[in-house]
Amino acid sequence: MTASPAKVLLDVKEASRSFGGLKALSEVSLHINKGELIGLIGPNGAGKTTLFNLLTGVYPPSSGTIILNDQSVGGMKPYKINRMGAARTFQNIRLFTAMTVLDNVKIAYHQHAKHSMFTSMLRLPKHFKGEDEITRQAMEMLKIFNLADQAHEYAGNMSYGNQRRLEIARALAAGPKLLLLDEPAAGMNPNETRDLMNLIAWIRKEFDLTILLIEHDMSLVMGVCDRIYVLDRGMLIANGTPVEIRNNPKVIEAYLGQEA
Amino acid sequence: MAMEYFIQQLINGISVGSIYALIALGYTMVYGIIKLINFAHGDVFMVGSFIGLYSARNLANAGLPPVLVLLLSLVISMTVSALLGISIERLAYKPLRKASRIAVLITAIGVSFLLEYTGVAIVGPQAQGFPEILNKKQYTLFGSIQVDSNQIMILGTTIVLMIILQFIVHRTKIGKAMRAVSYDMEAARLMGINVDRTISATFAIGSALAAAAGVIFGMTYNSVDPMMGVLPGLKAFVAAVLGGIGSIPGALVGGLLLGTVETEVSSLGYSSWRDGVAFAVLILILIFKPSGLFGKNVREKV
Repeated sequence: MTASPAKVLLDVKEASRSFGGLKALSEVSLHINKGELIGLIGPNGAGKTTLFNLLTGVYPPSSGTIILNDQSVGGMKPYKINRMGAARTFQNIRLFTAMTVLDNVKIAYHQHAKHSMFTSMLRLPKHFKGEDEITRQAMEMLKIFNLADQAHEYAGNMSYGNQRRLEIARALAAGPKLLLLDEPAAGMNPNETRDLMNLIAWIRKEFDLTILLIEHDMSLVMGVCDRIYVLDRGMLIANGTPVEIRNNPKVIEAYLGQEA
Repeated sequence: MAMEYFIQQLINGISVGSIYALIALGYTMVYGIIKLINFAHGDVFMVGSFIGLYSARNLANAGLPPVLVLLLSLVISMTVSALLGISIERLAYKPLRKASRIAVLITAIGVSFLLEYTGVAIVGPQAQGFPEILNKKQYTLFGSIQVDSNQIMILGTTIVLMIILQFIVHRTKIGKAMRAVSYDMEAARLMGINVDRTISATFAIGSALAAAAGVIFGMTYNSVDPMMGVLPGLKAFVAAVLGGIGSIPGALVGGLLLGTVETEVSSLGYSSWRDGVAFAVLILILIFKPSGLFGKNVREKV
């Protein structure tokens, strides 16, 4: 790791979230520098997905601040946060299953498109230019994920692994600076997982991305992440390089201890 | 002879059915996107009819040619009703986005009464005559089948609106957003879709279609009153359920089918049974195929 001062892309300060009496997250602070690949781990119910939901605006933090790219996004509407550069995938796949693979990706591009319903209705040249451009970009994206030959299939008919990859493609189509991946390898076999990790490493470079990754597969997180944050029962209990995390007694107790 | 009689009734049925279909589309689109049976929808149809009436009266008095009067009345009525639809959603339903579905449903019934009795307060409870915009002409096809110019106008208007609707839903940005929101609102939101604006657009489109139906209805039956939306509204709801609520082709087919069944029942001499048959259709479809003709057997999304 270089020691040069890096630009902070995401800065979370003492973010908490309660649901009724249950404190799902309490005073979590973390930061991610531009270009980093960060892992977020923790046992079931630790609050990992809750943190993702705060970062993407599914619900606002009960207290604390979230700064994305120098702008406060805590409590902002999800579609605005998405347009400001944070895109995500879901733990349980949430594609638009009755739409085609191509349309799933196009819809994300559309939100940044210039042409409107008005120009489309009147079939102005701008509509065709806009549509063609979006279709071209979406096909490019599908090619990267080896999904181009299935562009016109319904998303729901694809294999599980391909659906997972399509979710990442759809998230990337929004042109994010920060990509949030919620257990992208869940349910994949070791070979698929390895391919996926190579792909993630590649898109990180290609799209100049900063990535926050939730994952259960410890070997995988340890292998690819620059730094790792560990959550347990809503609290941040450790952060550091994979080696530091592996040797942290608190982490071993909370998480790895189960396997020892 | 029997064949000709059947075709004659089919033509009449399609005219009535087109009106049901146009209203049913609003029910089905709104249901598709926020899972609400918008019981105020029939009253938006009534408001659309009145706006059409006043526009047509004034435009005809201004001396415009009939075709232009018809087109402008349609456009004005559809625009005003679209704005009404958006306002209803913003004021009455949006604050309840996170409330239980029954709360929103009861609110919809409240909005329905509000529109009806505001109508009574403003224009009075008596029925008013709708101006005759186009002179009715009778055409005879294949010997004995009668078609009048109004029926042609109804079919023409319905077909044009269907084509525009298909185009919006499948080819435009807002249409794609509407489909995405109806599949998974939460995911759509996180993909950068402005869900509130998408819902507004759905109400606008549905209300505009109901308004068009209102104008057509006025021209066909020559009589409008503040309670006129109740029965066609309920029947369009039956049509939407028949076709499979949430399905756009379903609303169209359901409307046409219901219109045809009704006219056939009337033509067999049981015209007082007409409304009863429409609701019997609802009961039968709910017993034997609750998802409707075109409905997907959707599991409840979690």
